[in-house]
Amino acid sequence: MSVPLSYIWRNLAARRLTTLLTAGGMALVVFVFATVLMLEEGLRVTLVETGSPGNVVVTRRSAGTEVQSIIDREQAAIVESQPEIALGEHGLQLASKETVVLISLAKRGSDKASNVLIRGVGSHGLELRPQVSLLSGRMFRPGSTEIIAGKSVAERYQGTGVGETLRFGQREWTVVGIMDAGRTGFDSEIWGDADQLMQAFRRSVYSSVIVKLVDPDRFPEFRARLEADPRLTLDIKQESVFYAEQSQLLANFISYLGMILSIIFSIGAIIGAMITMYASVANRATEIGTLRALGFRRANILAAFLVEALMLGAAGGVAGLALASFMQFFTISTMNWQSFSELAFSFTLNGEIAAKSLAFALVMGVAGGFLPAARAARLDIVDSLRAA
Amino acid sequence: MHFLKLILRNALRHRLRTGLTVLGLVVAILAFGLLRTVVDAWYSGAEGASAARLVTRNAISLVFPLPVSYRERIRRMEGVTAISYANWFGGVYVTPKNFFPQFAVDAKTYFDLYPEYVIPPAEMKAFVIDRKGCVIGRKLANTYGFKVGDALPLRGTIYPGTWNFTVRAIYDGAQASTDTSQLFFHWDYLNETMKKAGARKTDWVGVYVIEISDPDNAAQISTEVDAMFRNSLAETLTETEKAFQLGFVSMTEAIVVAIRIVSFLVIFIILAVMANTMAMTARERIAEYATLKALGFGPAFLAGLIYGESLAIALAGAVLGIALTFPVAHGFSKQVGTLFPVFGVSPETIWMQAAAAAAVGVAAAALPAFRAARVPIVEGLRSMG
Amino acid sequence: MESPAEPIVRIRNLTKSYRRGEQRVPVLTNISFDIAAGEFIALMGPSGSGKSTLLNLIAGIDKPDGGSLTVNGTDIATLSEAELADWRAANVGFIFQFYNLMPVLTAFENVELPLLLTSLARGERQARVDLALSMVGLADRTTHYPSELSGGQQQRVAIARAFITDPVILVADEPTGDLDRASANDILALLERLNAELGKTIIMVTHDPHAARSAHAIRHLEKGELDVAP
Repeated sequence: MSVPLSYIWRNLAARRLTTLLTAGGMALVVFVFATVLMLEEGLRVTLVETGSPGNVVVTRRSAGTEVQSIIDREQAAIVESQPEIALGEHGLQLASKETVVLISLAKRGSDKASNVLIRGVGSHGLELRPQVSLLSGRMFRPGSTEIIAGKSVAERYQGTGVGETLRFGQREWTVVGIMDAGRTGFDSEIWGDADQLMQAFRRSVYSSVIVKLVDPDRFPEFRARLEADPRLTLDIKQESVFYAEQSQLLANFISYLGMILSIIFSIGAIIGAMITMYASVANRATEIGTLRALGFRRANILAAFLVEALMLGAAGGVAGLALASFMQFFTISTMNWQSFSELAFSFTLNGEIAAKSLAFALVMGVAGGFLPAARAARLDIVDSLRAA
Repeated sequence: MHFLKLILRNALRHRLRTGLTVLGLVVAILAFGLLRTVVDAWYSGAEGASAARLVTRNAISLVFPLPVSYRERIRRMEGVTAISYANWFGGVYVTPKNFFPQFAVDAKTYFDLYPEYVIPPAEMKAFVIDRKGCVIGRKLANTYGFKVGDALPLRGTIYPGTWNFTVRAIYDGAQASTDTSQLFFHWDYLNETMKKAGARKTDWVGVYVIEISDPDNAAQISTEVDAMFRNSLAETLTETEKAFQLGFVSMTEAIVVAIRIVSFLVIFIILAVMANTMAMTARERIAEYATLKALGFGPAFLAGLIYGESLAIALAGAVLGIALTFPVAHGFSKQVGTLFPVFGVSPETIWMQAAAAAAVGVAAAALPAFRAARVPIVEGLRSMG
Repeated sequence: MESPAEPIVRIRNLTKSYRRGEQRVPVLTNISFDIAAGEFIALMGPSGSGKSTLLNLIAGIDKPDGGSLTVNGTDIATLSEAELADWRAANVGFIFQFYNLMPVLTAFENVELPLLLTSLARGERQARVDLALSMVGLADRTTHYPSELSGGQQQRVAIARAFITDPVILVADEPTGDLDRASANDILALLERLNAELGKTIIMVTHDPHAARSAHAIRHLEKGELDVAP
């Protein structure tokens, strides 16, 4: 048997202000830590969901993004005619030859502009993305100057609500629908008819070709054949891989910055815990001596103070995590450096992040509590009894 | 003098506690300063922009180019003293991680518009003569160890193929805020190579840079330029270089806002630590405060003691933290290389650090000082165990 | 196992000194004496005489430099620290001048504390603590915290804590030093009862002659040496 938990717990409760301030400092660190993980996870989920299994994105070799890619009509035709591609209605290949450009749009409530990705999709464009559905309005009519806007775009940019118009490429474009792409990257895009957009932008080439394979397992042979074709200089990637690479830079940035900040900030919180725990040991020297005289061992004392520090950490962890969970209501929208276009994603909390955050808080508690606990355990009984 | 001595002695009574608190403050003030410097670096492009330069780009977005024929039409406008142009190249040096900006520019005119890029005349001459030559900034040269005469291959992402350049000149920045992480090469070389490859998009430029005689006319000239090309195939959008650069920053505003918020969070974290230190210290000395009161010292004296001790600790943390900011910022700048072209600690940042430390010192002392000033003498003396 | 004549505490040639800077300051020099089982002995002497040190040594919270110290058949000078802790839990009950109760625990919990080191089940512990508290007259104060009790009441809780494990010896260091006369008398009466009714061996350090009168025997310490037995 060891020192009762109620003894440890009530000591924390007795020093309310100190406990509150120490756990509060830790809570802020955990908040930063959890928020960063949630942001990373949000970005990951957004991009993972953007790619559908079995879908393949074809772009020009080493273009990296669809915006920088150029695929001419002959190349596109070769890609479309591969035998691995699934067939849809009327026996047509499930392929979408798309044109992707960036347009600069002004944000609502300010004159600041940002780049929005506008995608001209072929007739199979919607079919290839089952996660996209219409939230309001209707789909654009092929061959018209109608467009539909992603949910995040519609919320953020002027002239992108249903019934509103945008002017670019010397034409007026009417927004006829808002699409809900289930928090994927398509929420941050505007879609229109590929041919109409190409005419408006005076383009004769596509940006990318998206195809659905009969069987995702046939991707290697599909890629091998296209890469071996001397007429083509293309990059062939699974859609999920393609989108993961799109945000590599942003994801790394968030991850590195977040980890560095968490570590630096945690030094502050650990020092806070250390100060508190040293004071706790110093103020309770007599109690420690008494417990030892009663027959409790050094290890019991060490454990008692470590548990006290762990409880502090746990309190900070729970509070920080609770604070961070409110961040789920927010969506962050920023330019993705690689695609140069705006991308919206939200803070996503899951069990793993919650567990990591709490573990981080406990580690801070132990880091702050270990030296003071060791000092408590080392105290000489006679000296500490005399300290009264 | 006695008062200060008393404060100092008090601060040094719990050496371990005071030491830890100062250490925490140093870390927090340092982190705060670095985060503010990161935010400054974000805006450095706009900071270094000239008010006498305008940037004209395609109205749709930067991705769309403008015909090279616009050059003459803009140059002839009143108030325009010079014009040059540049294309974003977007090449990769070995791996995509090695990011630095590259522009194809009009070699003869571009550097006249940018007097802040200081190039030795002999090197400038060598660059103009060599069609495949390039000019790089000092920071870029230092990061990758490039010297004049070195080969510098780039893999094109927008313009396909591998492009082999030779470093002909290295420019220095006239000011600390000048971006010296860029690479410039001949627009003619780019254009001709693309023509030979049979590309459709030739004779196009990314942006025009316009120098105007009087910065006060910036708005008017911008409007005139855009009016001239309204309803043409490539409509333009003209703004000052500063507005153009700020446009970039605003696209990543969410990140800047997040870093700003976080920079204040670290101050709150250390405030919690510091407030705890002062609260514990004051609680342990309640009997002493009561004794001092019994001796006839007023509540103001006691409050002064506590505020003084708190501020002394905060001052120590601030001085060390600020002093460390410079070497750490320098080291960080070296680590990230050309990702942050300009990374310098501004005087404003130092003031902010000092102010944050002072605020923490005052806020941490507030509650303990209030309590000490109000403690009844008899009750305080009784707690003398 | 032992004959009744065997003393419960047997001290032979015990020495103890403390280091003060470079110097060694002798506190106890070559002390030998016995305490019989069931004794109630008072140790007296001026401050610095070594009486508290002697008590600490007998109670096993301090270690002698030389000599032997057998308590209840065990030479505690040879025990390791962990063994000593277990030995204390089983054999010694402590009573301190300032009670040394845990301020965050109730009277009940304070008394229960030493039982947590035994293998007793919860129900047994509860029964024992209730009995102990009623023996010291605090059956109605079980849920009170130390700060809600008078000094005399706190010391009675401490005494309940001291005999709850049924130890062989009770050691008391100035048990009445912080109490008024009336409370002190209560405490002394309680100690006498524990000695008379439960047969506890009690060793009490005090500088109060009034308190010492409760004991069967008084031993004086002077500069680390015992007086001749009376």
